[in-house]
Amino acid sequence: MIRLKGISRTFDVGGEPVHALTDVDETIGAGEHLAIMGPSGSGKSTLLHILGCLDRPDRGVYELLGRDVARLDEGELSLVRRHTIGFVFQFFHLVPRLTALENVELPMVFAGIEAGERRERATSRLRAVGLEPRATHRPDQLSGGERQRVAIARATVLDPKLLLADEPTGNLDTASGRQVLEILEQMNAAGLTLVVVTHDPAVARRARRVLVLKDGRVVHRGDGAHIQAAVEILAAAENGP
Amino acid sequence: MSLRDVLGFAALALRGHRVRTGMSLLGVAIGVAAVVTLTALGEGARLYVVGQFASIGTNLVIVVPGKTETTGGMPGMGGVPNDLTLEDARAVLRGVAEVEKAVPFVIGTETLAFQERRRQVAVFGSTSDALEVRRLTVAGGRFLPPLEWERTSPVTVLGRTAAGELFPGRDPVGEIVRVGDWRMRVIGVLAPRGQQLGIDMDDVAIVTVATAMKMLNRRSLFRLLLQVRTHADLDRTKDRVVRLIKERHGEEDVTAITQDAVLGAFTSILGALTLALAGIASVSLAVAGVGIMNVMLVSVSERTREIGLLKALGAERRQILLAFLAEAVLISSAGGLLGLAVGWLAVRGLVLLYPALPASPPPWAVVAAFSLSVAVGAVFGVLPARRATRLDPVAALAGR
Repeated sequence: MIRLKGISRTFDVGGEPVHALTDVDETIGAGEHLAIMGPSGSGKSTLLHILGCLDRPDRGVYELLGRDVARLDEGELSLVRRHTIGFVFQFFHLVPRLTALENVELPMVFAGIEAGERRERATSRLRAVGLEPRATHRPDQLSGGERQRVAIARATVLDPKLLLADEPTGNLDTASGRQVLEILEQMNAAGLTLVVVTHDPAVARRARRVLVLKDGRVVHRGDGAHIQAAVEILAAAENGP
Repeated sequence: MSLRDVLGFAALALRGHRVRTGMSLLGVAIGVAAVVTLTALGEGARLYVVGQFASIGTNLVIVVPGKTETTGGMPGMGGVPNDLTLEDARAVLRGVAEVEKAVPFVIGTETLAFQERRRQVAVFGSTSDALEVRRLTVAGGRFLPPLEWERTSPVTVLGRTAAGELFPGRDPVGEIVRVGDWRMRVIGVLAPRGQQLGIDMDDVAIVTVATAMKMLNRRSLFRLLLQVRTHADLDRTKDRVVRLIKERHGEEDVTAITQDAVLGAFTSILGALTLALAGIASVSLAVAGVGIMNVMLVSVSERTREIGLLKALGAERRQILLAFLAEAVLISSAGGLLGLAVGWLAVRGLVLLYPALPASPPPWAVVAAFSLSVAVGAVFGVLPARRATRLDPVAALAGR
């Protein structure tokens, strides 16, 4: 589903080049559940942004469903984001003036789906995350966990192939966090490719595969029984010099 | 993304900032109201002048003794000023076939007195034809009798105000008044007429032209009004009249003006005035546009994260541009509508205060003011909207 080859991304910070990603090669299969870990500044968010077509690599090839998306223009990228990718953010990013239902409808508004169908599909997605009774509430009337569930409903309403979650539980208490992860895992089980960026070893452990980044390079890959080892490497990296 | 969705999204965004939206909307409303009101004033002034001219008839040639009033040389040297006389008037009436009626006018100020009551009035010397040519009506008694122009006659017709002041609550017809040193009998009272080309026709004493010339010690007429049979002959008649008087005087010392020329001059002056007023008012619309731009820039920077989100959700640049432009246009066109309403009220108020002024905004100004308000939103909304579309999605999501 995803093939990254020699992906590099350099930012210019105060005249100094900062290598956020250096020569990242990775393949992510359809239906995978991958966690990306790493200390702050390791480049994991940059990787997620590149995967989500919000940012472009300076070098390297990014193939998404067989298309070299790094070469697409801005307009085509919008369409890729709209139909292929869903985002879930740490701070939810709900539009405060819109109700839960309207927030879920938003991607369909830009996709030009007419109002009646929009309402129907948004309602069924809210039902799927257990929030149909809250449809007319605005974000400030919802708890953190509820907000994140609305955000998940919104991210998946156009049936993307890839769901990217950036610290999806970072702002939630343990119980709501678990609920959110369960919903994400259900969707993954139904075939959605899930990539989660996280600090939290407990979250990473639930993934089937873990990628550990440090200073813009992949320093460890772990799957199955090796996840625990990866998490420990990360812990060492965070505590070490 | 349908137009309805674009507008709906924009309207919801505006509803979140009622005060800010209201203020910038008010700016546009003031601009549009100013355009409507000021052009209504200009147009009112024009209609007022047109009405004034229409009130003295349109088939008129006005002969003015030019050189008697504006002789340039030293006294006694060259250009002997010639008077415009009753003989000239008669010669024109006889000699120019197109002239239907010739009405000589003399005007001056005298004291009108009855017993202990005195009043300064305009003395108006003319002939019986003045009634028709100046579109006057008699409320009581009768107008000047049709006499030979050279004959004096001790009779006068009073304007409404003059009659009312000297004879409060009474009919003055048949009473003897004094006009200057002359004793005269009141034979009629005019119906209210109001201002006519700067002369209050309600505050006059009309006497025969020969009487007025003696009373005021004038040798020349003030004006000679010629009523022409058909409107088409106006310019030709004017030339013939000037030529005839030139022959009689030996030099061209009168000016003939047609009603149309004067009216045309006034109309173009006042039309220009209206345009100028509209232009000045439009400046306030431009200022309002800057206000909208400011509000939209604030809105874009406040909603940076939202714009980042919209991009992440797959909104195209064009759609984001449209959404923010729609907000600006919604503000400006709502302001435009409010401005039209306020302007309409202001014009109604003006008409109530000054009923004589037929103030009404010309249709082009109403259409232009509203279109301009919509355009202001579209034009001044472009910069903020473009700024929104150019945000980098990653930075925008982080609120940077």
